[in-house]
Amino acid sequence: MVVDDELSVRDSLDRWFREEGYEVGTAENANDALTRLAEHRWDAALVDIKMHGTDGIELQRRMHEIDPELVVIMMTGYASVETAVAALKNGAYDYVTKPLDPDEIAHLVKKAMLQKRTTQENVRLRETVAEVSRPEDMVGQSGPMRKVFEAVETVGPTDATVLITGESGTGKELVARAIHQASARKFHPLVAIHCGALTETLLESELFGHEKGAFTGAQFRKKGKFEIAEGGTIFLDEIGDISLKTQTDLLRVLQEREITRVGGNQTIKVDFRCVAATNKDLEKLIEEGKFRPDLFYRLNVFRIELPPLRVRREDIPILVNHFVQKFSQAMNKRVTRVAPAAMNQLQEQPWVGNVRELENAVERAMVVGQEPELKEQDFIFKTPGAANGTSKTLEDMERAYILRVVEECGGNQSHAAELLDIDRVTLYHKLKKYGWTRTPVETR
Amino acid sequence: MKLLHLLPIGNIDDGLLQDLRPVVEERFRVSCKVLTTRLDPEFAYHGERQQYHSSEIIHRMQSLVAADTWRLLGVTSVDLYIPILTFVFGEAQMGGPCAVVSAHRLRQELYGFPPDPELFRQRVIKEAVHELGHTVSLTHCEDYRCAMAPSHAVEWIDLKESTLCTACRTAVTPVQQASSGRSF
Repeated sequence: MVVDDELSVRDSLDRWFREEGYEVGTAENANDALTRLAEHRWDAALVDIKMHGTDGIELQRRMHEIDPELVVIMMTGYASVETAVAALKNGAYDYVTKPLDPDEIAHLVKKAMLQKRTTQENVRLRETVAEVSRPEDMVGQSGPMRKVFEAVETVGPTDATVLITGESGTGKELVARAIHQASARKFHPLVAIHCGALTETLLESELFGHEKGAFTGAQFRKKGKFEIAEGGTIFLDEIGDISLKTQTDLLRVLQEREITRVGGNQTIKVDFRCVAATNKDLEKLIEEGKFRPDLFYRLNVFRIELPPLRVRREDIPILVNHFVQKFSQAMNKRVTRVAPAAMNQLQEQPWVGNVRELENAVERAMVVGQEPELKEQDFIFKTPGAANGTSKTLEDMERAYILRVVEECGGNQSHAAELLDIDRVTLYHKLKKYGWTRTPVETR
Repeated sequence: MKLLHLLPIGNIDDGLLQDLRPVVEERFRVSCKVLTTRLDPEFAYHGERQQYHSSEIIHRMQSLVAADTWRLLGVTSVDLYIPILTFVFGEAQMGGPCAVVSAHRLRQELYGFPPDPELFRQRVIKEAVHELGHTVSLTHCEDYRCAMAPSHAVEWIDLKESTLCTACRTAVTPVQQASSGRSF
């Protein structure tokens, strides 16, 4: 219930709370408010302190006589803060100053309602309604991936800090999301921050927020990721890329569970779970003096190592089919399968960029391919040895390079030898060894 | 056929509205047109607050609702407020034809950060979808990733997506079908 003698205040708060999904009623004076209170059960009342006739303080006292459980929030101008404080002593839940900060009032009312509800409602009801789901892109049946799923199931429901390591493109963020989904914090936000993408100053502001005017151009207050993640999970990606100064600040937050916004002096309590990830070798960075060991131990409470795609090749067909299905839906195409020859090739590729690279390859093939089947020519395959795959020998790489140059020269060995900076006879012997014929080499 | 009309308010960049057009078309499955009429918001200016009263703008926009208007979304670069709140990102008529969004507080520069055109564009899209959601009677959603999640600060806008969650999409279907004759 909004009680204010100003029509514009009643109207705008009425509309605003309706948008928020609340049922709202308004009253223009104390008598009106008390009548409405007797007619209907209200959860909360926002009461203006200064009103004609009975003022807000007196109204609050009389409201509590009728309904002692009613949450009363006083609204006041800056001039009457002292009066509002007096109202708190009389049992008001809190007070807000006009004009109200939307963020503040939303937070306050939500908090008050939650507090009231937790004493009345069976929290388990919410738990049963929501389903625990694994993010849909986390796919695999191989041994290494089963271990990852098991680890997620084990650590997810706890509140432990998790460190996820693995090469780029292995799906570290997906694992972080799965951990969040498996936790009791799943109804609160998962806030991801890619630490490597930001400069030291920006990262500090992003993590901890800043006050209005904290630095040039900061015209408005900005909340930090830790505040936004309140009740949920913060995912710190590329943790190995942050400066020593930010590492120190981060360590303090992880230890104290409180932050101070840049340019502010008020400490704010924060409730979050931390999941960090990196593709760097943090132990090596510690040896080099680039990473704080105490922060490492804080983060490395439970570790999940993500396998690169090349050690779980048996998952490739499952992943490919999953991505085909996903992009078919997104692109509204009826592609249902991948030709066996193409699938074989896909399983042979080095996939240095891991699952992300595979996903991109399928997406590209989906764009150029025809319904209902993706064929070899829809993919761009690397010639053996052309990639940076660690399993390739120097000879493999030399072979691939020489064959590519010869093909580019249209089979003209003299020209190819010139480009390769070797004599024609050496090239001839090498081509013979590699079993080269004039048939064009498939380089797609 | 009813159309979703985008109305430039003040000196908002036309390019932004053109960018917005295909996205809202796709999200609400209704053809969209950027109006050539431009609304001057000066009548809604509050000198002391140096802001523009969004409710007055919405009120004025009603006279621009045409026979072929499904919804009228105003887009402006001025800072909006309603009397009791310090600011609003936008305002909509619940289940009504008009809504307005402000791009003012969506720019990174206002928070002291370097400009980020893509982030800015994404924020405008999310807020446009959000306010249009109110015009089809959607209230705020508890799923923080849904476009209908409440955002009282840009940080919350960044957290959500520009699409509606399944529950909101389902809730809007009958309304949408009744008013635009299209499935959602």
